[in-house]
Amino acid sequence: MNRSTIDLWVGVFVVAGIAGLLFLALKVGNLATFSTSQIYQVQAKFANIGGLKVRAPVKSAGVVIGRVADIRFDNETYEAIVSINIDSTFQFPRDTTAKILTSGILGEQYVGLEAGGDGVMLKNGDRLRLTQSAVVLENLISQFLFNKAAEGKPEAKDSAK
Amino acid sequence: MRFVTDMRARIERLGTSVTAHVWRLGFASRFLFYLVVHSGTALKRFRLTIAEIYFAGVLSLIIILVSGLFVGMVLALQGYETLQRFGASESLGVLVALSLVRELGPVVAGLLFASRAGSAITAEIGLMKATEQLSAMEMMAVDPIARVVAPRFWGGVISMPLLAALFSAMGVFGGYLVGVQLIGVDAGAFWSQMQAAVDVRNDIMNGVIKSVVFGLAVTWIAVFEGYDAPPTAEGVSRATTRTVVTSSLAILFLDFILTALMFTGGNHQ
Repeated sequence: MNRSTIDLWVGVFVVAGIAGLLFLALKVGNLATFSTSQIYQVQAKFANIGGLKVRAPVKSAGVVIGRVADIRFDNETYEAIVSINIDSTFQFPRDTTAKILTSGILGEQYVGLEAGGDGVMLKNGDRLRLTQSAVVLENLISQFLFNKAAEGKPEAKDSAK
Repeated sequence: MRFVTDMRARIERLGTSVTAHVWRLGFASRFLFYLVVHSGTALKRFRLTIAEIYFAGVLSLIIILVSGLFVGMVLALQGYETLQRFGASESLGVLVALSLVRELGPVVAGLLFASRAGSAITAEIGLMKATEQLSAMEMMAVDPIARVVAPRFWGGVISMPLLAALFSAMGVFGGYLVGVQLIGVDAGAFWSQMQAAVDVRNDIMNGVIKSVVFGLAVTWIAVFEGYDAPPTAEGVSRATTRTVVTSSLAILFLDFILTALMFTGGNHQ
């Protein structure tokens, strides 16, 4: 095979390889969304984050508006500090509530934002004051059992009389 | 007394073989350093490298594309069987794409590359040495490492990431064919869940880094085994076998190290 045919095939191979990479980046990955847009970062403190992971979605009204950037532990208040990156096309009032919610029964956990009524908007570095922790199934069950037990007690006394 | 001398001989043999391996590793490292320093010719006369990309990359295309397609199709079939039990068959795209991009793409493409191109490189360089072509070059004041070894090395290093990317892309396409066209998973859910779960930096870039590392390891082993082969028919055949075995083991070992570094760092929350 002569030289120029080899060059042609190598050219085709390199173009195909780069096309494969582009296909992976654009069609399989999510390069097209979010990576180029401007973001601002806010923080929220939670007493318990449950199974929240870095890169979990941040949703408002079910629409993805950002991602969890970082999760740290505050050694003074014994709370989790969650940093959230929000696309700057979405502006939220300063008294927005952050909740940790679960999609479906066994789905992954995400941060849900509920807009407040303040006129001042959140800006980079702000802290969300109003938060609601993740629901931990064990706590819920033990609460339920305590309630059941508390309900059962007076009846037991009554029957003893 | 007999026992003591016997033991001593055995320990001495063990020591000799360990030293020999360490010595060989040192020689291989020195060889790699010399190769990189003297690869000016391969990059200046880039046609030499292009010819090697043709032999290592273009001629491996068929096996890489067909294997990628079938690996993706099998992943989709097997994944669907398990996922539909939990009513999560829409996550099929995520399963296929993540396993291909993170692991199977670089690893299987690397193994195929080692047996398809690595063995050919070793056999070629080994035979050149056995037929004294390398010595002839030295006589003509041509550095055989710069003229013969370096183009093959860079040709392999350039080809490997492209082959791995094509393998993954073909696998995702195979998963799409079986999952969406054959089984009937919803196409929108297949692609959108995949796009939501696969991250460009954390998954795709890490896969590309893996394939670059595997490409370096495989071609380094291949050119070194060829250059170091005893100049006999048996020596060349042994060197070719050693290339495939050593580079397969190196790929799997490096894959474990790289996975441990890349995908377990952020999960301790």
